[in-house]
Amino acid sequence: MGIRFILMVNKQGQTRLAQYYEYLTIEERRALEGEIVRKCLARNEQQCSFVEHRNYKIVYRRYASLFFLVGVDNDENELAILEFIHLLVETMDRHFGNVCELDIMFHLEKAHFMLEEMVMNGCIVETSKSNILAPIQLMDKAS
Amino acid sequence: MTGPSLMDSLFQRTLEDLIKGLRLHLVHESTFISKSLDEIRREVRSPDLDTKAAAVQKVTYLRSLHGVDDSFAAFPAVELAASPRFRHKQIAYLAASVSFHSATAVLLLLTNQLRKDLNSSNEFEVSLALQCLSVVCNLDLARDLTPEIFTLLSSSKQLIRKKAIATILRVFGEYPDAVRVCFKRLVENVESSDPQTVSAVVSVFCELASREPNSYLPLAPEFYRVLVDSRNNWVLIKVLKIFANLAPLEPRLAKRIIEPIGEHMRRTGAKSLMFECIRTIVTSLSDYDSAVRLAVAKVQEFLVDDDPNLKYLGLQALSIVVPKHSWAVVENKEFVIKSLSDTDPNIKLEALRLVMAMVSEDDLSEICRVLLNYALKSDPEFCNEILGSVLATCSRNVYEIIIDFDWYVSVLGEMTRIPHCQKGEEIESQLIDIGMRVKDVRPELVHVGRDLLIDPALLGNPFLHRVLSAAAWVSGEYVKFSKNPIELMEALLQPRTGLLPSSIRAVYIQSAFKVLTFCLHSYLFAKEAVASSSSCAYDLESGASDSIPEKGCPEGSNLATSEALASSEQNEDFNRSFLCQSVEDNCTENDGDTLVAPGPSSSSASLNKLQFTRGSIINLLDLIKTALGPLAGSHEVEVQERAWNVLGLIKLVEQEIQDTPMQNEGKFVMEELKASEIMKLMHDAFFGELGPVSKSAQERVPIPDGLMLKENLNDLETVCGDVQLPSTCSFSLGKPHFEESSGSLFDFQKKEELEPSSESTSMLAEHRKRHGLYYLPSEIKETTSSDYPPANESKLAISVSVSDDVDYLVKLTEQSLVPKKKSNQTKPRPIVVKLDERDGVRIAANKPESKNDLISGAVREVLLGNEGIPTSSQGKHFDKLSSKTRGKEKIAIVQPLGSTGLLANAGNSELANSSPRRSKHVSHGKEKKPRSPRNNAEGCEERSYRDKKKGDHRHVKNKARQSADGGVNVVAQTPVIPDFLL
Repeated sequence: MGIRFILMVNKQGQTRLAQYYEYLTIEERRALEGEIVRKCLARNEQQCSFVEHRNYKIVYRRYASLFFLVGVDNDENELAILEFIHLLVETMDRHFGNVCELDIMFHLEKAHFMLEEMVMNGCIVETSKSNILAPIQLMDKAS
Repeated sequence: MTGPSLMDSLFQRTLEDLIKGLRLHLVHESTFISKSLDEIRREVRSPDLDTKAAAVQKVTYLRSLHGVDDSFAAFPAVELAASPRFRHKQIAYLAASVSFHSATAVLLLLTNQLRKDLNSSNEFEVSLALQCLSVVCNLDLARDLTPEIFTLLSSSKQLIRKKAIATILRVFGEYPDAVRVCFKRLVENVESSDPQTVSAVVSVFCELASREPNSYLPLAPEFYRVLVDSRNNWVLIKVLKIFANLAPLEPRLAKRIIEPIGEHMRRTGAKSLMFECIRTIVTSLSDYDSAVRLAVAKVQEFLVDDDPNLKYLGLQALSIVVPKHSWAVVENKEFVIKSLSDTDPNIKLEALRLVMAMVSEDDLSEICRVLLNYALKSDPEFCNEILGSVLATCSRNVYEIIIDFDWYVSVLGEMTRIPHCQKGEEIESQLIDIGMRVKDVRPELVHVGRDLLIDPALLGNPFLHRVLSAAAWVSGEYVKFSKNPIELMEALLQPRTGLLPSSIRAVYIQSAFKVLTFCLHSYLFAKEAVASSSSCAYDLESGASDSIPEKGCPEGSNLATSEALASSEQNEDFNRSFLCQSVEDNCTENDGDTLVAPGPSSSSASLNKLQFTRGSIINLLDLIKTALGPLAGSHEVEVQERAWNVLGLIKLVEQEIQDTPMQNEGKFVMEELKASEIMKLMHDAFFGELGPVSKSAQERVPIPDGLMLKENLNDLETVCGDVQLPSTCSFSLGKPHFEESSGSLFDFQKKEELEPSSESTSMLAEHRKRHGLYYLPSEIKETTSSDYPPANESKLAISVSVSDDVDYLVKLTEQSLVPKKKSNQTKPRPIVVKLDERDGVRIAANKPESKNDLISGAVREVLLGNEGIPTSSQGKHFDKLSSKTRGKEKIAIVQPLGSTGLLANAGNSELANSSPRRSKHVSHGKEKKPRSPRNNAEGCEERSYRDKKKGDHRHVKNKARQSADGGVNVVAQTPVIPDFLL
């Protein structure tokens, strides 16, 4: 199903957002996150952004203090996922204005809504920033 | 009741408060969380929806980031979803999609709410419901909500339509019968003008086609149009993935898509699309040389790029292409080798895989040399990756790739010496395996084993203990190839063996046992031969060596002083001088004794003939006694037992060897004879050959006639009752044990315990006479042993004859060399004994999931009008569905549409069966002609033929649909298919 999960993790390895597109129990999630975060955070800037883990491929990218990790199927296009991560960050930037870890912490719901607009069931369904943000802006206006 | 709720809503912590609190309580986070959970538990029961919403919001947050159990909030979330306020719904659905799964009990309660929201006029509410459904969908939800989703698939609002499309994938997965209803509409969306809709639908098909591509071949024209027309990279990537799955099934399709793919590669600046094109070509179009060349050229651009991501992907693409086009890697060999020392472990690993993929018989040794050098230099982890992959590649398919086993065995020895090596277990099993399978390599194997054994440094590395155990076993088993058994013995008994775990120590002692047996045997027999031919040599020998056991007796006067010093020193503190140095001295000294011509050059030559002198043998016995003496009291059973075995043997023969010079000639010969008889027995017991035994060997032993394995043996008790217990017990327990563990001991013991055993035999005979029916007829034993299929042929061959042995091996060689294409090797490859059942291990892994089968079955049915008999469950579901839809009046739109679909299907099957049969013949006879020879020529064409037939079917069906719907776009579509597939 393409994307299996999306994680945002800070430098200390704390999860800031976790969105799964397949069901894992809490224990499985915790174990998976721990392993992946340990693997990815140990890597440096000169190394490539792809890590194979169990039957997933992890594509990750670091923005300031935040790591964006996306777990995908093995035949997914890694570069496209990197572009997707970038698009996600740009979208958040546009909404929050230079997004930072705190923005995501305090507006976790909104981050989830953005992701929901972009990805459904592991498929990328929307790639236009204004389309993604339109419902959220409407909601902001309404409340 | 209003009191607490009012309090709650007034003083309730919001989500923001909770997050702030979490940040404040970093140290006691868990207590804070459990306190908050208590609050939340109370709040979610509040009748006030705002309070409830805030509580659900908080628990969702805690669940998704802190992994708390939120099952108590499941029902409140469902309640909240029913709220008229959008904000509440949003919170509720988010909570559901974070924590619900297809087995959550309350899902049942959500069905109606979901249906209501899916039918809502507010597009955001619909989108929320779809979102939630795509996560939590289970069979019941899918079945109940399929009609709603079917309607939404053609919604005029693109926000909803694309989400409905993405949801349908999940619905199909849960409820394959939905395919029958929704598939056509899904296909229509491929031609939508809205890029997001196309993107979503292509993603869905990409997913479906990756599971079972066959069913989607008929949709190729639609995808082709997307491939040519679309300028959206996301869509193109997905379409390429679809074609990567379809192209291998249909060669004509492959030919058609090469051109547009090449076009994209030339045009695009996006690396992601470029890489997808490359990957499509190397995975699915690798038969088209020009395309592969273009792809490899682009891969080279990736490789030289500074971006490690591109480098990694480039290497990955190469590893896909290498099985068919090894030139692609050879062109980039230098780069690949260089990548082995990249800073990124992932790139290194990828390069390693690539290197291993391109090895062949010719460059194996060169590549191994390079890799071992890298292994020496690199970090422990990667070092072991390298060693592991070298070991795996070389042993693949029973060492298929290896021609020069001497070389390989020495490589194994080298690997052991690499400081980070942790592959002891694998090396161990390969050493033993090769020893058993390849006869010709045994001398070299013993040589390598010796080098490992005499190195005291290796004993300190626990990872290598397994290798040492193999080396010890090999040295003991094939000691006859050893140049210097005494040196081996010293290595096996060196003090540092104390570092080994007891199980391996036991192997060491057992090997020492074998070496000792071998030495004694060859000593005694060589001597016999010598004594009979010339008594002079014997006199000299015994005269010279008798001085040695008497310690301190100056022997130096006869020989060079330095040697004498060494020997006396050695005799004085024997247990300390185990080092090779002393072995060397010892040997030269022995040479001096026998040949009266000292000199290291002659020593090595004479050692080949394995001459032992009395002195050397007595030294050997002393050495063993000092080394194993302490172990006789060891707490480890294995070690103790084996040490005793060796010591017992020494005790038996020692006397006779040591005493002789003092006795007169006649008695000496007698005693010698007795000793040599024992040694002959021992020797024979050990040096029968062990071959590999197949795992199924036991099963292949035919069950003898009249042996009933499943008979109830209860009444045997009465039979056994009248036998004296002790004797039968000792017999039945003793014999099998000896036979399987060490035959030598049995032989040995048999001589001593001749009387008891004969006694029990007579009792057995008596027993047999009385209860004959429980015994096998005596001749059956023989027949089974000769009927027994020769899994371990060499054992049999010993007893048969040499010529048979050779014949058999020749046959084996033929078998093992048949698949090889190369025969002009400078050095003939030694015979590798193979067992047939190795090949049988492969498990049929391609068992497709039943659900995928169901989906693709339904897809075929829809696409091809292939009215195969539906399975009973499908039929039942469908009936249920249609009756349901009929029963519910409010879904008026769905019902007629669904039934027209059905009618169309039914009609078209009728059409296919009856009327246009003639026309079909006419129209397709033309097409068939040029194709038919190919059909006959290539076996694989059968599939395409079938596809064509399907195409025909579809052709007809489309006509039927066209006439039924009067759709406009279908007209253009119909002629495309045959044309396209040509």
